[in-house]
Amino acid sequence: MTAEPKSSQFKSAASEALQNPRLQAAMKASGGLAVRRAAAIAEIPEFEAIRDAGRDLKNHTLANLDAYLLAFEEKALESGAKVHWAADAEEARAIILKIVGRHAKGPEGKARVNKGKSMISEEIGLNSALEAAGHHVLETDLGEYIIQLRGEPPSHIIAPAAHVSKPDVEADFRAAHTHLDPERTFPDAASLVHEARHVLREQYFGADVGITGANMLIAETGQGVIVTNEGNGDLSQILPDVHIAVASLEKVIPTLDDASTILRLLARSATGQSLSSYTTFYKGARRQGDLDGPKEMHFVLLDNGRSEMLAGEFREMLRCIRCGACMNNCPVYRAVGGHSYGWVYVGPMGSVLTPNFVGIKEGRHLPNASTFCGRCQEVCPVRIPLPGLMRKLREAEFEQKLSPQTARYGLGVWRWFAKRPALYHRMSSIGMRALNWLSGGHGRLKRLPFGGGWTAHRDFPAPAKRTFMAEWKARKAAKSQGDDQ
Amino acid sequence: MQPAPSAEPAAPNRPKVGLFATCLVDLFRPNVGFAAVELLEAAGCDVDAPEGQTCCGQPAWNSGDRKGAAEVARRMIEVFEPYDYVVLPSGSCGATVKKDYVEILRDDSDWLPRAQALSDKTFELITFLTEIRGVEGVNAQFDGVVTYHDSCSGLRSLGVKDQPRQLLSSVDGLRLREMEDAEVCCGFGGTFCVKYPDISNRMVSNKTDNIAATSADLVLAGDLGCLMNMAGKLSRQGRPVKARHVAEILAGMTDEPAIGEPQRGSEKRK
Ligand code: SF4
Repeated sequence: MTAEPKSSQFKSAASEALQNPRLQAAMKASGGLAVRRAAAIAEIPEFEAIRDAGRDLKNHTLANLDAYLLAFEEKALESGAKVHWAADAEEARAIILKIVGRHAKGPEGKARVNKGKSMISEEIGLNSALEAAGHHVLETDLGEYIIQLRGEPPSHIIAPAAHVSKPDVEADFRAAHTHLDPERTFPDAASLVHEARHVLREQYFGADVGITGANMLIAETGQGVIVTNEGNGDLSQILPDVHIAVASLEKVIPTLDDASTILRLLARSATGQSLSSYTTFYKGARRQGDLDGPKEMHFVLLDNGRSEMLAGEFREMLRCIRCGACMNNCPVYRAVGGHSYGWVYVGPMGSVLTPNFVGIKEGRHLPNASTFCGRCQEVCPVRIPLPGLMRKLREAEFEQKLSPQTARYGLGVWRWFAKRPALYHRMSSIGMRALNWLSGGHGRLKRLPFGGGWTAHRDFPAPAKRTFMAEWKARKAAKSQGDDQ
Repeated sequence: MQPAPSAEPAAPNRPKVGLFATCLVDLFRPNVGFAAVELLEAAGCDVDAPEGQTCCGQPAWNSGDRKGAAEVARRMIEVFEPYDYVVLPSGSCGATVKKDYVEILRDDSDWLPRAQALSDKTFELITFLTEIRGVEGVNAQFDGVVTYHDSCSGLRSLGVKDQPRQLLSSVDGLRLREMEDAEVCCGFGGTFCVKYPDISNRMVSNKTDNIAATSADLVLAGDLGCLMNMAGKLSRQGRPVKARHVAEILAGMTDEPAIGEPQRGSEKRK
C-alpha cells in the first residue's frame, strides 16, 4: 500500500475547507508564489524556448527511459553507491527499513533518521513505517518539520505547510519545544524560522541515517541532485554515516547540461527565484581522503505505477518536475487547499497523478473538480496538457461506468435530443417558455427545478419568451413572405 | 436534413456565414444571436442560422462521453459544411468546434478531414470580425463604465484578449476599467458549477468582488455561461452591476434588459 488515500471524500473535504477561516487566511497569505513566478519569468525572454527544451528533453528521456536508468545505475555503482529497484511502495519501504535497521546505533536497534523533504517518501508512507519500527524520524525542512509536529500530511508539494498560519506554527512550537523559555515571544515569521533552525541544528549531528529525495538523477554521471532553500537536505545527507536517496524512475535525465535546463525551469516556476539557494549534486559514498560525506550511499529507485503510465495515455504526466506552479495558479486549489485532495499529490498535477496511482474509483472527483480553465497548462514549465489528461480520466471513468447514474442518464437524454434538431427546438421552446413564465417577468429565478446547485448560491437568469432559433425562423419566414409579395 | 443554407446566392465578396448561436444563446439570450447577426452583416457577410444546429457537444466531451460527443460533432459538421465560415458568439463552444472536434474524431478517418475543414473555417465572433473581416471599430454608443472578464477557453484556446478591447474602445462614450484577475476563471465550468457548487461559489464570489471593486456599471464577456454565472451572483448579492455579452454592446443592442434583469412590457427589438 501507498499512503492511505482519502480522495473519495474530496467534495465534503472541500466544502469544509471553504468554511474554515484559518485555512482560508493561510491560503491567502501563501498566495505570493504565483505572482513571484510571473515576475521571474517576465525577466527572461527566452523562457518559452526553455520550456520547449524542457518538454523535449523529458520526452526524449521517457522514450528511452530504460537505457538512461541502466546508464545511471552503472555510473552510480562505479562511484561506490548502491542501487536498489523497488517495484512498489511496499518494496521501497522494506529496502529502506533494512538499511536503516542495519545502521541503527540506538538501544534495541532503534535508529535516528534525519530527513530532507521528499514527496516520494510521502507517496510510500515512509515516516509511519519507520516510526512503526521504532525509529526516530526528524523532518529537517521547515515546512515538513511543522507538519510533522502537527501530524499532518503536506498540503503543497513544495510548501508542505502552506495551509498553516503563523499563530498555529507558534502554538505548535510552544507545545513541542518545552525546553525553551516559555516567556519568549515571536514578533515575526523570522523569529519562528530562527527557533526552528536552532532546534534542528542541535539534532543534525546525532543522526544514524539521512534520507532525502532527488529532484534529478543524472545518467551521465550517476549523480543525484537536490534543490532546497534551507540547506537542510545537504546537512541530512552529508552528516550521517549513511545516506539514502529515494527517487522515482522518471527523475532520471541524460546529462549535466540537461540538468541546467531543468534547473532554469524549476526555481523560476516554483518560487520565482532564478536559482534555489542550494542546489546540491551528490554522488557515491565518501572516498578515501574526502573530508566529509556518508560512508554508505544508497539510491532507491521507485516504480510504483510509473512504467504503467509510461506505456499508456498518461505518459506526458511523467514530465512533471514537481515545481508546484500548476497548483499555485489553480483557482480550485487556491480555494480548497491541498488536504481536500486526500492524497500526497494535490492541485492539477495531483488530479492527474492520484487517480493513476490510487485508482479512478477512489480519485474520481479530482479530475472532475475542474472548470478546465487551463491556467495550469499555461504555466506548466514542461507543457503538460493537464486539462486534457483530466478529460482522459473522465473518459476512463465514463467508460468504466463509474460516473454517477444521474449524470449518465442526463447525458443520454441530452444526446438523444441534440441529434434530433426539430424535436430539440420544439422541446427547448416549450421548456424556455415555462422557465420564462416561472420567473414571472422578474428576469431571474431564485429557485430552479433540478438546479439546486446553481440557485443555492446565485440567481438563475430567466430565458426570453422565445428561443433564438424560433425567433430567427419567424423573422426569416416574415422576410421571405415580404419578398414574395 | 438541413434546409438549403440560403435562398439567394451569396453576393460577390460577401461570404456566407453560418451562425452557430450555441445552445445557451439560443435558449437564454436570443439578443446575443441577433447582435451577432447585426455585427456580421455590418462586416459584409451574408448570415444564416441553420436549423439543424443544436449544441456543440461540449457537455458530452467534458463528461468523458467521447462517443456521444462524436455523434453530435458529426451532425454539426454536416450542418455547417455548406458555409464559407462558421461563427460562434462564444469562445468556449468556439474552442470545442475549432480545437476539440479533430480530437473527438481522431480515430474516424472518414470524418477527421471534415472536422479539420470545419475547424479551419470556424471562428469566435469577435476574432472573426477583427482578424478575418478586418473590422477596426464599430458604430455604437454606450454611456458608462464597463469591465471585461476574459472567459477561459476564448482566452487560452483561441487567444481572445485584445480584440474585444480594441472594438470596445471604438464605442462612443464607453470607458473600460480593468478588474483585478480578469483572466481568472469565474467558476462556471459547465456542469462544474452544479457538481461542485461550493467551490464554484467561492470562485464566482471572488470574481464579483473584483468586478464590484472597479465600480463599473456593466461587466462584459464573450461567453454566455460565464455571464449567467456572474449575473446570477451579482443579482443574488444585490450588487448594482449589470451583465451583458460584449456583442450586445458592440451592436448597440441594449434595448433588451441586461442578463437576469426584469423584462420590460413587451418584447421590442429594433
Ligand atoms: S504538472 Fe507542471 S506545473 Fe504542475 S508541478 Fe508538474 S511540472 Fe510543475
